Amino acid sequence: MSGLSISRRGLLTGLSVLGASAAIGACGAKTGSDRTSTAGAKADTSGDTVRVGLLNSLSGTMAISEVTVHNALLLAVKEINADGGVLGKKLDPVSQDGASDWPTFAEKAEALITGDKVAATFGCWTSASRKAVKPVFERHRSLLFYPVQYEGLEQSPYIFYTGATTNQQIVPALDYLRKKGLTRLYLVGSDYVFPRTANKIIRAYAKGNGMRVLGEDYAPLGSTEFSTIVNKVKESGADAVFNTLNGDSNVAFFKEYKSSGLSAKALPVLSVSIAEEEVKSIGAPYLEGQLTAWNYYQTTPGAANTAFVEAYQAAYGKDKPTSDPMEAAYLSVHLWKAMVEKAGSFDVAKVKAAADGITFDAPEGTTTVDGATQHVHKTARIGRIGADGLITEVWSSGGPIKPDPYLKGYDWASGLS
Amino acid sequence: MTVVLNQSFTGVGIGAVLLLVALGLTLTFGQMGVINMAHGEFIMAGAYTAYVLQRSVDGTGLSLLLALPPAFLVAGTIGALLEWLLVRRLYARPLDTLLVTWGVSLMLQQLARDVFGAPNVQTRAPDLLTGNVSVAGVTLAANRLAILGLALLSVLALTLVLRLTPLGRRIRAVVQNRDLAEVSGIATERVDRTTFFIGSGLAGVAGVALTLVGPIGPTMGTNYIVDAFLVVVVGGIGQLKGSVITAFALGVLQSVLEYSTTVSVAKVAVLVAIVAFLQWRPQGLYTLRTRSLA
Repeated sequence: MSGLSISRRGLLTGLSVLGASAAIGACGAKTGSDRTSTAGAKADTSGDTVRVGLLNSLSGTMAISEVTVHNALLLAVKEINADGGVLGKKLDPVSQDGASDWPTFAEKAEALITGDKVAATFGCWTSASRKAVKPVFERHRSLLFYPVQYEGLEQSPYIFYTGATTNQQIVPALDYLRKKGLTRLYLVGSDYVFPRTANKIIRAYAKGNGMRVLGEDYAPLGSTEFSTIVNKVKESGADAVFNTLNGDSNVAFFKEYKSSGLSAKALPVLSVSIAEEEVKSIGAPYLEGQLTAWNYYQTTPGAANTAFVEAYQAAYGKDKPTSDPMEAAYLSVHLWKAMVEKAGSFDVAKVKAAADGITFDAPEGTTTVDGATQHVHKTARIGRIGADGLITEVWSSGGPIKPDPYLKGYDWASGLS
Repeated sequence: MTVVLNQSFTGVGIGAVLLLVALGLTLTFGQMGVINMAHGEFIMAGAYTAYVLQRSVDGTGLSLLLALPPAFLVAGTIGALLEWLLVRRLYARPLDTLLVTWGVSLMLQQLARDVFGAPNVQTRAPDLLTGNVSVAGVTLAANRLAILGLALLSVLALTLVLRLTPLGRRIRAVVQNRDLAEVSGIATERVDRTTFFIGSGLAGVAGVALTLVGPIGPTMGTNYIVDAFLVVVVGGIGQLKGSVITAFALGVLQSVLEYSTTVSVAKVAVLVAIVAFLQWRPQGLYTLRTRSLA
């Protein structure tokens, strides 16, 4: 959910001219899809190979993050093919570029399902792109595997969510802070749906668990002026900052944080959108000692992860980090393979029916699919950012947490819808 | 009380950034009337110059200081090239200039993306500038102080050039009355190019300074371009002191409003204040009074 940058407010009359031409440009860039669809377009699984769709932004503002997910997906496909494929058929990955543009995502999803007749699709990053393609997959009764942590409160019958929902990331992060005695929070986030929803959940949690929210501030996406917000944080008397900023804003925020004399020791910041890739682009010296909440780190121990990191770096470069969304993407392909093999068929209804209880020995540990919610059981991990840019685990939930996208199992969350 | 002082300093800090990014524009837009949407990319060029230099010199953050002259030259040269290739053919057509320079800005962004990659890069600041100093209970961030100093130095240098040098006299003459300057034997085309060079070069200097507070990336210029235009428009076309006053006034206003409300509300309120101000004084804070008929 990072990397968006939006140019700000129109000033000169001329800027509105630009706005208009930009809009025209955007329309022109779309390739029209005139295939009219009938419900339940059949995947073509008759040949020796089976096509699978990879739907990521390979261009535009989200490309920085989504290309890494795309790479991880390709790696998984390659491994599966080297291992004999799925039900004896090799996978043929079809990449479509969502171009960081939500309507384009919907069109490309349509093209993958009806044109390429893919057996399943993997991808999307921002919640906006997921919401854009959701009706397409539901209409065609085709499957999407979505690999990024998100704000919860969703459960489409045709989407499998392999990233964390809120009770596997944000709630454990709050548990951790509470146990550490850091009960007075300051919330800082980018001004759009994910941070606002997350902060609503944090406020409900705080109210029900004796924590206090001392302040809540939002900056427009792409904003780089944080001196006032940092001043407010400093004077609030908070014990910790809960950070849901996205993209470039993080750079400015952490630079300001450091130069105003605040540090991880005096006032730790816990971030939920900063993974290894983002640490690299913000600069490790500014983040050293700060906390993150994810389900996987490059340093997570285990043979499966060692193999994953080695394979990824062999394919894409020795200095390339692996991150949580990449791992969730990687495991999603393997989970799908296991579902298909259990079902003995590529048929979507049969695959869905076979999903419950499917496990995969993923880099983050053994993950199990929860058939009822179509999310996966995941271990929550709090990590500390090191000087080398890698993140080391300082706390974990001890075992996988059952997904609960609507937070039904939490009394304090009863007021949330 | 500390809060008030802290916020005032924060406001001055924001103002210094605004002033620095707008300073070049007071020349190219303020003096020459060119709506240069690529100004933000000159800032970016300056920032990347600092990055490249630091990587090749490798070592202490002091290379940021050394990067100032090269950044001025690189951004200035790109600016002069732009003027020579495109802008000079469009002086009578401001809206076309706007579209053309916007296109150039997109091309420069893509170029940066291809050369340096899409992810942000960083420079290392000198240790001296990563800390802060406390004066009477007020925390002054060292990087903000450095930017403030640099902004004031740039204003001073620009003022001296415009007031005392023959070049400055020629620039002022062309701005005030182009025809009269031309019949007096001034090569106005060359003056235009030099003015554009200096204006763009100042954007490069701003770029180096901005590496202290924000990200260095292909789209960093777009974060500042609108603010830069705001400062020049409110300050008054063609007047340096208007821009200086406006930059600090907007900075303080923004920080005070941000403190008492939220970032978004503060931004809206500042814009509303600007619109109201321009209703009252459409020509901006200061105007250049000349006897020219145009």
